[in-house]
Amino acid sequence: MDNQLKRGLLDVCVLAAVKNEESYGYRIIKDMKPYLDMSESTLYTILKRLETAEMITVRSAEHGGRLRKYYSITQKGIDRIEEFKGEWKELLSVYKFVTKGECYGE
Amino acid sequence: MNKHEFLAELRKGLSGLPKEDIEERIAFYGEMIEDRVEEGCSEEEAVSEIGSVEEIVSQIVAETPISKIVKERVSPKRSLKAWEIILIILGAPIWLSLLIAAFSVLLSVWVAVFSVIVSLWAVAVSLVAMLLGGIAAGVVIIVKGGVWQGIALLGAGLACAGIGILLFIGCLYAVKGIVFLTKELVVGIKKAFIRKEEER
Repeated sequence: MDNQLKRGLLDVCVLAAVKNEESYGYRIIKDMKPYLDMSESTLYTILKRLETAEMITVRSAEHGGRLRKYYSITQKGIDRIEEFKGEWKELLSVYKFVTKGECYGE
Repeated sequence: MNKHEFLAELRKGLSGLPKEDIEERIAFYGEMIEDRVEEGCSEEEAVSEIGSVEEIVSQIVAETPISKIVKERVSPKRSLKAWEIILIILGAPIWLSLLIAAFSVLLSVWVAVFSVIVSLWAVAVSLVAMLLGGIAAGVVIIVKGGVWQGIALLGAGLACAGIGILLFIGCLYAVKGIVFLTKELVVGIKKAFIRKEEER
């Protein structure tokens, strides 16, 4: 898949993983597992990027005698998900155009 | 490998990155391991699920902009004093030209070696070409009646081609050698910076 497209897709996946309530690294990976396998390093890069873009916020909180980082979505992040849905519709219509006139089930 | 060993290896692998970045990565992976342990994994299992340190390091290094790595490597431990900066600037005509000279010497040695190899290639190609010439000339002379001279020319052409092929093989090794040396040189220059890093 085109790298740019994939990157945008993964960003939105992580946003979706923290959309309903704040989450932490391992849980994000676990929640996404049924849909896609993401390595820790990839997740780290995406979280960093989303934080820089102010689409998520990070806080450290104590958990079981150690610190754990919790990520939650911001309005900008929510806007990004909505924007993504719009883009996807556009993409779908392009897909229809690209496959127009092709025969299936040969 | 347990968590402690994993994080120590990771820290070692990331030593070229800015300090804050390393600490953040270590905390992140530490948390990942602990969360798995909390779920019932052993430390060893958790570490192996996360993957090999080598892979992680190479991915991180690939994603880090080179400017960040270079900046971290060459940034001095303490800030320079005013008189040191003045000395460096005043001395620029000397050290800058020396630096340029050193690089040009290296470059010219490289070019010289490379041109020798190129000329060897040319000789090899021309020797093989002589095979065609030898055969053509030989056939013409045989047809004209000079059987012995013709056969001698054919033989000479074949001999040239043989030498040419041998030279060709030699050239291949020479090219491999120079590629290897170039790599070593670049790695050596890079290591000079890394060593500075570790001394700090």
